[in-house]
Amino acid sequence: MTTTQPENAIEIADLTVAYRERPVLWDVDLVVPRGILMAVVGPNGAGKTTLIKAIMQLVRPAAGQVLILGRPIRAQRRIVAYVPQRGSVDWDFPTTVLDVVTMGRYGRLGWFRSPGRSERDAALETLRKVGMEELRDRQISQLSGGQQQRVFLARALVQDAEVYLMDEPFQGVDALTERAIVELLRELRARGKTVVVVHHDLQTVPEYFDWVTLLNVRRIASGPVAEVWTERNLRLAYGGRMAILAHELAPAPQLRASPAPDER
Amino acid sequence: MMSDAISHAILPGIVVAFLLTQDLSSPLLVLAAGATGVLTVSLVELLGRTGLVARDAAIGLVFPALFSIGVVLIARYAGDVHLDTDAVLLGELAFAPFRRLTLLGVDLGPRSLYLMGAILFLQIALLLLFYKELKLATFDPAFAAAIGLAPAALHYGLMATVSVTVVGAFDAVGSVLVVALMVAPPAAAHFFVRRLSAFLALSAAFGIATAVVGYALARALDASIAGSMAVSAGAIFSLAFLLAPERGLVAAWLRRRSQRWEFAQETLAIHLLQHRGLPEEQEECRVAHLEQHLGWSAERAAEVVRRAENRGLVRREADLLSLSEAGVALGKERLST
Amino acid sequence: MRLLESLLFDYTLRTIALGSLVLGAVSGVLGSFAVLRRQSLLGDTVSHAALPGIVLAFMLGGSKAPLALMLGAATAGWVGTLLLLAVVRHSRLKEDSALALLLSVFFGLGLMLLTFLQRRPDSSQAGLDRFLFGQAAGLLASDVIALAAVGALVLVLVLALWKSFKLVTFDPGFAASIGMRVRALELAITWLMVLAIVLGLQTVGVVLMSSMLIAPAVAARQWTDRLGRMVGLAALFGALAGVGGALLSSAVEKLPAGPTIVLGASAIALFSVLLAPHRGLLWRRLRARRLEVES
Repeated sequence: MTTTQPENAIEIADLTVAYRERPVLWDVDLVVPRGILMAVVGPNGAGKTTLIKAIMQLVRPAAGQVLILGRPIRAQRRIVAYVPQRGSVDWDFPTTVLDVVTMGRYGRLGWFRSPGRSERDAALETLRKVGMEELRDRQISQLSGGQQQRVFLARALVQDAEVYLMDEPFQGVDALTERAIVELLRELRARGKTVVVVHHDLQTVPEYFDWVTLLNVRRIASGPVAEVWTERNLRLAYGGRMAILAHELAPAPQLRASPAPDER
Repeated sequence: MMSDAISHAILPGIVVAFLLTQDLSSPLLVLAAGATGVLTVSLVELLGRTGLVARDAAIGLVFPALFSIGVVLIARYAGDVHLDTDAVLLGELAFAPFRRLTLLGVDLGPRSLYLMGAILFLQIALLLLFYKELKLATFDPAFAAAIGLAPAALHYGLMATVSVTVVGAFDAVGSVLVVALMVAPPAAAHFFVRRLSAFLALSAAFGIATAVVGYALARALDASIAGSMAVSAGAIFSLAFLLAPERGLVAAWLRRRSQRWEFAQETLAIHLLQHRGLPEEQEECRVAHLEQHLGWSAERAAEVVRRAENRGLVRREADLLSLSEAGVALGKERLST
Repeated sequence: MRLLESLLFDYTLRTIALGSLVLGAVSGVLGSFAVLRRQSLLGDTVSHAALPGIVLAFMLGGSKAPLALMLGAATAGWVGTLLLLAVVRHSRLKEDSALALLLSVFFGLGLMLLTFLQRRPDSSQAGLDRFLFGQAAGLLASDVIALAAVGALVLVLVLALWKSFKLVTFDPGFAASIGMRVRALELAITWLMVLAIVLGLQTVGVVLMSSMLIAPAVAARQWTDRLGRMVGLAALFGALAGVGGALLSSAVEKLPAGPTIVLGASAIALFSVLLAPHRGLLWRRLRARRLEVES
């Protein structure tokens, strides 16, 4: 593991988020050290996506405070990259792979400057890294789910941020792409970046990640996988919804949480 | 929006039928309208299914085109007959009593009355006949299809009924304002009731009220009856939107205002509970800390603490806050739900 | 050829053609964003909602000066848009129903005011109802100048904020995450759309204006996979339909301008959906057959 620097990547204190007075996150305290690869897991409706959005200030919290590398997000947008859920956009939009990746640089351009040569080159290089160079002129609806996810990932990589927040980057992705994405995430960690991933597949948590946060409206547990990934914590997070109980921590193929019936 | 689209799009059907029969009161007009309505819906579906055009764009593409055909046909071939574009768009209810139904030379009353009466009767019959099917297909089309109810057929049937109703209303209120009559009463009713049957009844009642008030308004101002009816429909909806108990804007606002303090107290209780008995308690559970970490202003924090104290949720020693038993219970209860 | 000749030398005709051209182009540009943002039907509501604004402006101002009426129309259209957002936000009504509701009620209000006005003995308001179906023939040189000014404003804004408009339309969540002012940009797009609609009312009319936004954009989308080209093509198609429809309607008797322009634009859209290379239905059918033959 990379050495943890004195500063923390993300510090969340007493974060409460409510939609129309209905709490989605209750008083969450969370500290994410620098240079780790962290999964956020929890049942459906646990507030995982909301947590990411609240860190980015895409939703307004009812209470609480978020700091990115010691400063509020307003001052740090340049160094935070966000990967939204793949389903959140219309893929029939008339644009190409290269164009979408270039969007990752828009934040640096200000209001009126258009992307030019250097932005294009950076986007191309990142596309090469995710193995999508030949597809750069494709319209984005002509990609597979895994390729679309790589495009989103490339758009975040080209931002060259310090902290990466990803909402379900493995959603609807083939096994090969999943491998490739994990490799990219590890490379980011090796370069000292901090990566937070909303994740669904409990089985792969110990393999892919070194840090994990269990969330179910409130924070159940957070820390290194070795310490926090226990039967007790999982039961606390998922309640009676765990499909298996006895050998849940062994890498058994059927280790998945069944979806919660009440989506909040 | 589909009703708006249909009310415009059936125009060419009516015009063609009129040009064929040269008779504005021919029942063929109603049939043609129904057929054109179904055609409109099919065209929208067809366009949508190609995946080339989003559904809302498909609606916005089909109905102006059909309506334009209708208007051009009227302007070219029927401009000086009884059918003119203004009347189609705006309706002329004031003339309705003069168009009378005569049978064997006996005057039986206004024609519109019979036409709308027949349509009403038809609708009630269809509604009673297909009540549970419609209910299910509207609520959960996938399930309805799974148990063999053919929601698509129901959908087309419903749209055909809408078309027939619209053509009946054409005479009276014109193609734009019939939409107000179709949409506003149910939209107003949904603020008050949950059950489908009550919803339908209340919608009908609001519809009648709209017509009566609208007519009175038109008489008072000597203005277009159709326009006045639309205005009264809007007024009834606005009243419901603002003032309905529970779901109205005012009620929701009042509730939210009281909930905001309630919610803040719960947030405080949970905050204190989370840090109770932990080493950081001394620091976390101070009033000053609330400002810093919860992001509350000093006044807000003070007010929340004051309210929570009054309710006996927290105790306060100098600057240090601790939960009472009631506070602990509240926090635990809210956390577990 | 006679038409071309008169187009070159006939002042009135040239005015009409120029005005419709600018209108079609502006609608095409803004319509592209409306269609991509799934706001196709908003245009219809805004254009209907403008009617009471026009009538009120006339009642209060007492003149038919285009600028005053436009101001009234724009205000009412904007109020209608804000009310729509309020209703959608604070009730469980679907957006669809809210659109239809506001459209018909505002239009009814306009109609009530209009008829109220018409029955006043002293009124000289005749001609207000040409806003219903539009009257390209009534375009004056001053109208065309106003159109051109707004057209230029739209062009400058869209070009200057191009990447922001693109990103906000494609992925507003990501746009916000990199610090773009998403709300402001969305309001700007909507505001420009209201402006374009108001400008079109005189030529195409309240009832059919929305189609000027949608049809060219839908057509353009079929021919290209790039936003820039789509917007350019939509402007071209809009201008074509505008000029063609306006000229045809002034050349042929008893052919109202609005419906003719709309039919032109719809024809282009239909043609594109069927025949555009790659995306068009015919193209797809052929490709499917070729694949069948190959395998």
